[in-house]
Amino acid sequence: MIKTAKQRINNDIEINKDILILAIESSCDETAAAVVRNGRSVLSNIISSQIDLHTIYGGVVPEIASRKHIEKINQVIEQALKEADVALKDIDAIAVTYGPGLVGALLVGVAEAKAISFATGIPLIGVHHIEGHICANYIEHDDLEPPFMSLVVSGGHTHLVNVVDYGVYEILGRTRDDAAGEAFDKVARAIGLGYPGGPKIDKVSKEGDPEAIDFPRAKVRDGEYDFSFSGLKSAVLNYLNSEKMAGREISVPDVAASFQKAVTDVLVEHSMNAVREYGAEKFAIAGGVASNSALRKAMETACEQEGIKFYRPSPVFCTDNAAMIGVAGYYEYLKGNFAGLDLNAIPNLKLGDR
Amino acid sequence: MKILAIDSSGLTATVAVLENDQLLAEYTTNYKKTHSQTLVPMLDEIRKMTELDVSSIDAVAVAKGPGSFTGLRIGSATAKGIGLALDKPVIAISTLEALAMNVWGVDGLICPIMDARREQVYTGVYRFIDGKQETVKEACAIAVDELCALLDAMLDETVLFLGDGVPVYREQIDNKLKHSHSYAPPHMSRQRAGALAVLAAQYYKEAGLTGAGKINGCSIETAAEHKPEYLRMSQAERERSQKNVNKGNDS
Repeated sequence: MIKTAKQRINNDIEINKDILILAIESSCDETAAAVVRNGRSVLSNIISSQIDLHTIYGGVVPEIASRKHIEKINQVIEQALKEADVALKDIDAIAVTYGPGLVGALLVGVAEAKAISFATGIPLIGVHHIEGHICANYIEHDDLEPPFMSLVVSGGHTHLVNVVDYGVYEILGRTRDDAAGEAFDKVARAIGLGYPGGPKIDKVSKEGDPEAIDFPRAKVRDGEYDFSFSGLKSAVLNYLNSEKMAGREISVPDVAASFQKAVTDVLVEHSMNAVREYGAEKFAIAGGVASNSALRKAMETACEQEGIKFYRPSPVFCTDNAAMIGVAGYYEYLKGNFAGLDLNAIPNLKLGDR
Repeated sequence: MKILAIDSSGLTATVAVLENDQLLAEYTTNYKKTHSQTLVPMLDEIRKMTELDVSSIDAVAVAKGPGSFTGLRIGSATAKGIGLALDKPVIAISTLEALAMNVWGVDGLICPIMDARREQVYTGVYRFIDGKQETVKEACAIAVDELCALLDAMLDETVLFLGDGVPVYREQIDNKLKHSHSYAPPHMSRQRAGALAVLAAQYYKEAGLTGAGKINGCSIETAAEHKPEYLRMSQAERERSQKNVNKGNDS
């Protein structure tokens, strides 16, 4: 007899046992699974990255990503269970990313999670990918609880979010065009560093002068906290072009460092404006670009100046992973927010929609 | 023996439960909702209807392709998830062989055609000899004119067409094909998980006897190793290999 989700929760609370979440993430080019205990403790975190497959194309190819997900997904889940030393029967809920992301890629994880839920009766939870990134901060910081201010920066997303409570988000700003990580990829390609741009620019910038070239810090007229990076990208391309026309040699480290500084300045400025305006006492950065060393340092310094506490996940929890989905899923579990077997992948899912 | 069968390779979503010689349930829809929304709820519906203890199944049969890339992956991921949860094998069956099974026992050639876009169909040619399905032409992606020429070169003089390529290419086939031909009626023309399950059960038994992992377009696989067979590269890979070919020609 399969217990309903509510019965399970009531039982669990009665006996006050540990809650184990199996989490699955396949929204872009990482196939990932994890087991998370009580929303804070990561028992396993398996990530199968496809980055080498996509490098020759200069970016993620959705069809190739989807094909790789289906090849890897069972192995990744099995390994996550094995490393956590648990069996499916010990799992209280299955959390899966259902958006935003590449639809074909998301569908693999969603269909797999639903099938496991169907076959076992384990309840299903749909998790928002960005929510997962924010929740990655809970893993290593037991003291972090809402409310706090958060900046999510990755290859696909740039969101400034006021985290009001667990699962309650107020989006203050987002990018109007390119995501921050996307700008890194495009500029890296233009200066010949290749894909993925973020880590490569980060590395070469260490030998460059961030003040060498004054690239624009774009403001969005009707959105105080919104971002725009396409103008900056064009400014870099124009600079490269005009230097070439003038026959001057380009310093790749200087261009990289100056570009990185321009991105970082805007991200820090908007974040700290929001911190002051909303009286936040804590600030947490998240997403793949949160591993960028210059951004981390600048954000940490700014938080110190504001007298607020700065949080950041370790790099392994910054890139796409399933542990963060398990953490976000745990808080949905506590609220009883379960998904039906008709859960669909929603490529443009908005944060806070359910 | 109990088999749960799944096919979401085309516009049709279809699931079935076969127990020994009985088709306990079959649920087929051909409607605008996406497979992601319909397929697992349909499985759950037949589970409830037949009071099925899912863990009592012996294997999950799935249409492995050809078909819509995304549709195939939804079916495959569903089969893999069930296989993982219950530690059961996946019986991967060619979508085209399963379609041909819809018209079991007819005389002459059977030619399922699926619209593969880019002016091609996914197709194969099959026939039944003493009630047993045989492959005359393996699954491939070709233009309809090419398919007609190929069929006309074969000795059998009747061809039965079925599949979602029929409404798209019927006129072209009528104009090109010299062999007498007909089209299957709606209840036989699209994917039916019942037929897929019967074919899977046959293979499962044969493989059990011979120990063979692969017979015709069917294979018995672990849920972990199973993946769809697309018959085509992704567009990005195709364009890239084309570019490399062109480069090779230039030098």
